[in-house]
Amino acid sequence: MAFTLKINGTPHDVDVDGDTPLLWVLRDVLGMTGTKFGCGLALCGACTVHVDGQAVRSCQTPVDSVGDSAVTTIEAVGDTPQGKALQAAWLELEVVQCGYCQSGQIMSAAALLTETPKPTDDDIDAAMSGNVCRCGTYQRIRAAIHKAAA
Amino acid sequence: MPDGSHTLDRRGFLKVSAAIGGGLALTVALPSALRPALAAAEASGFAPNAFIRIDRQGLVTLVMPSAEMGQGIYTAEAMLLAEELEVGLDQVRLEHSPPSDALYANPLIGAQLTGGSTSVRGFWAPLREAGAVARTLLIAAAAKQWGVDPSTLKAQLGKVTDGKRSLGYGELADAAAALPAPDPKTIALKDPKDFTIIGKPAKRLDSPDKVNGKAEFGIDTKLPGLKVAAIAISPVTGGKPKAVDEAAAMAVKGVRQVVKTEESVAVVADHMGAAKKGLEAAAIQWDDGPNAGVNSADLIRQLEEESKKPGAVARNEGDTEKALAGAAQRLEAIYQVPFLAHAALEPMNCTVHVQKDSCEIWVGTQVPTLAQAVAAEVAGLPKEKVQVHNHLIGGGFGRRLEVDGIARAVAVAKQVDGPVKVVYSREEDIQHDMYRPYYYDRFSAGLDAQGKPVAWTHRIAGSSIMARYFPAGFKDGVDADAVEAAAEPPYAFPSIRVEYVRVEPQGVPTSWWRGVGPTHNVFVVESFIDELAAAAKQDPVEYRKALLGHNPRALAALTLAAEKAGWGTPMPKGHGRGVMVQFAFGSYVAMVAEVEVAGDGSIKVHRLVCSVDCGLAVNPDTIEAQVQGGSLFGLTAALHGNITFANGRVEQANFDTYLPMRIDEVPVVETHLIKSAEAPGGIGETATAAVSPAVANAIFAATGKRLRSLPFDTDLLKSSS
Repeated sequence: MAFTLKINGTPHDVDVDGDTPLLWVLRDVLGMTGTKFGCGLALCGACTVHVDGQAVRSCQTPVDSVGDSAVTTIEAVGDTPQGKALQAAWLELEVVQCGYCQSGQIMSAAALLTETPKPTDDDIDAAMSGNVCRCGTYQRIRAAIHKAAA
Repeated sequence: MPDGSHTLDRRGFLKVSAAIGGGLALTVALPSALRPALAAAEASGFAPNAFIRIDRQGLVTLVMPSAEMGQGIYTAEAMLLAEELEVGLDQVRLEHSPPSDALYANPLIGAQLTGGSTSVRGFWAPLREAGAVARTLLIAAAAKQWGVDPSTLKAQLGKVTDGKRSLGYGELADAAAALPAPDPKTIALKDPKDFTIIGKPAKRLDSPDKVNGKAEFGIDTKLPGLKVAAIAISPVTGGKPKAVDEAAAMAVKGVRQVVKTEESVAVVADHMGAAKKGLEAAAIQWDDGPNAGVNSADLIRQLEEESKKPGAVARNEGDTEKALAGAAQRLEAIYQVPFLAHAALEPMNCTVHVQKDSCEIWVGTQVPTLAQAVAAEVAGLPKEKVQVHNHLIGGGFGRRLEVDGIARAVAVAKQVDGPVKVVYSREEDIQHDMYRPYYYDRFSAGLDAQGKPVAWTHRIAGSSIMARYFPAGFKDGVDADAVEAAAEPPYAFPSIRVEYVRVEPQGVPTSWWRGVGPTHNVFVVESFIDELAAAAKQDPVEYRKALLGHNPRALAALTLAAEKAGWGTPMPKGHGRGVMVQFAFGSYVAMVAEVEVAGDGSIKVHRLVCSVDCGLAVNPDTIEAQVQGGSLFGLTAALHGNITFANGRVEQANFDTYLPMRIDEVPVVETHLIKSAEAPGGIGETATAAVSPAVANAIFAATGKRLRSLPFDTDLLKSSS
């Protein structure tokens, strides 16, 4: 089936089965590889993107459910004030190690800050516990979210 | 000048293989603008410049001998080069090294291998020498041009100056290239007091692209005409596909081909959504083969039985039998640690393009030359026909020291026309890992009337990774890795006997896992010494200190961690502190854990206080990051990590059954770096080894219960309310 997806402000035409996860459309069809595959079951958050500003796991988002919604990915989140502040804080506090999960971490954090501009540690736990980091950068992730919110 | 990089290592296999490694080729020739790519140069036997290229525009390219998998080595190695080359870190660009043991072998290992926390230790001297050689030539070129004595000139920030005029490195490149390369041994390295880069917290050079989605991991490979493949590997090692519904798979929109290999089925498609759907439609039935009956209970029973038999002797000093017989108090204990998967977040993947007389692979690997060799073997081509494009690795933890995933991908790609990216699902990744071995350890110890140990015996039973991977490290029945940090605990014991019994688990592939030997042995040794302290009714810190008189750096680390943790200050009921100290990977680490055990047995780790003496610190910020991350990697395993087998199959599949630590579970990790002028030690794996005994000992302090198996069984702590 043909779909027109609005991704980072640009329309993209794709022709795939309607149940194809948005993740694979982004990565394999459109070549936008900043969004990562980690688990395929919405257990790790590596594939997090925004659909109309909400953080969703693109591995569990069928492309036919997206409709006219605006999809934002890591490639463009820096154009939002929250994304920009988070990327700067991430760099200032040297959050990343292997970096593979960090696209998803920043996307989840950006959605958090949009909804809750000054999150508490509990807010961060609630919003970020769906994002796995095997390198264990959590302490700096927490600090960077607080910094970006400051 | 501290430089002990060639004597630092204590790992058997490294000792053995260091001799093979020898020195690195340090030919420096400039510039590279007109030179062929390094891979081609190497194939023709021309090795101009292993680490540094400077073009006429002054662009400095540093080629990284090690693999970047999050540990920060690209920044640390760039720091070593830039310090001596006299360029700023903002003036360099980095390149992955192509496969070449001749050019990029870690001198401690003798192969182009990133592992064992050896990168800074191994490259500490050679990379500074490489930078200094280049700097010396650039200065000489400027001196020649100006007709002055080189000693009157100095290099800084990519320029050579006499104080009044200056020449950029780009302007000097041609002239420097024409000069004969000096003997690296005659080159003066900078005095550490003059370091402007080494020792100062540096921004990671790979960070900017990792926060905006631009960083390229192997899984992100993009090529014209690239197809992707989902793969199903026989769920039982040694099994084969029996029946495959190819027609059903081909009927899925976007599916292009179904490929069968000896042990797998792959569905090749335009995108992974179609490939996965096709793989499901293929409804594969398996012939499980000879390992269909493998299960954890039998594997453990076998270890238990074998561990009763005498093992190969790794260390034997004093007369433990006599000392035990005469001891005032005698202790015995059995410890067990489970099989573990790596579960790096970037699933196993490899992109391959096999053509008639060539093979190209795009992958993140810790072993580029092994990757090249296995791809050549499977493709049926000579090694020179295989090009390896290495990438950033989305978590290594030892998994990418193995090339099984590359072999599988090439076996598929051989049957595909055009490039194909083979990607494991998370389930395949966890169920077709090569696992940290299950170890079964038996201890006994004797104490004198004052509680001091007079005898210590330790028998380790488990798989030998060395025997398969580095046969030189498996000698006279002893696996140097399996006994590392056990044969040489930091303590002075009047008598000590350490044995190893090799037991290979049927149908279970085993391999390196972050922290290797010490991650197992530090847990058991530091737990059992804690048992001795308790039996002696002595404070765990004081008890250890009394055995560390000969070991000042370990003693200092222990003292600092205890002090920073407030050792001895009161804690609420249900809380406890545990301590440990280790020497591993050339570094001294002590840790104090603060733990709370609730009435239902659940364990909450509140705080980890870690002191680190890793010699001279190259990038202190990365060291702190590695202590934080390494601690959590070890803690995750201690709390949750357990791979089990039933009917020949791994019972865990995804992050709901093989649990990663999440942000709401994370303790505060404090790192206290001890300033040192000693040669650098390793760091990436130290805290992974340290954390589990610190927590186990804290659980004991909180509850009086000694947990001798990992992961911690909270059921055993339930009655503690």
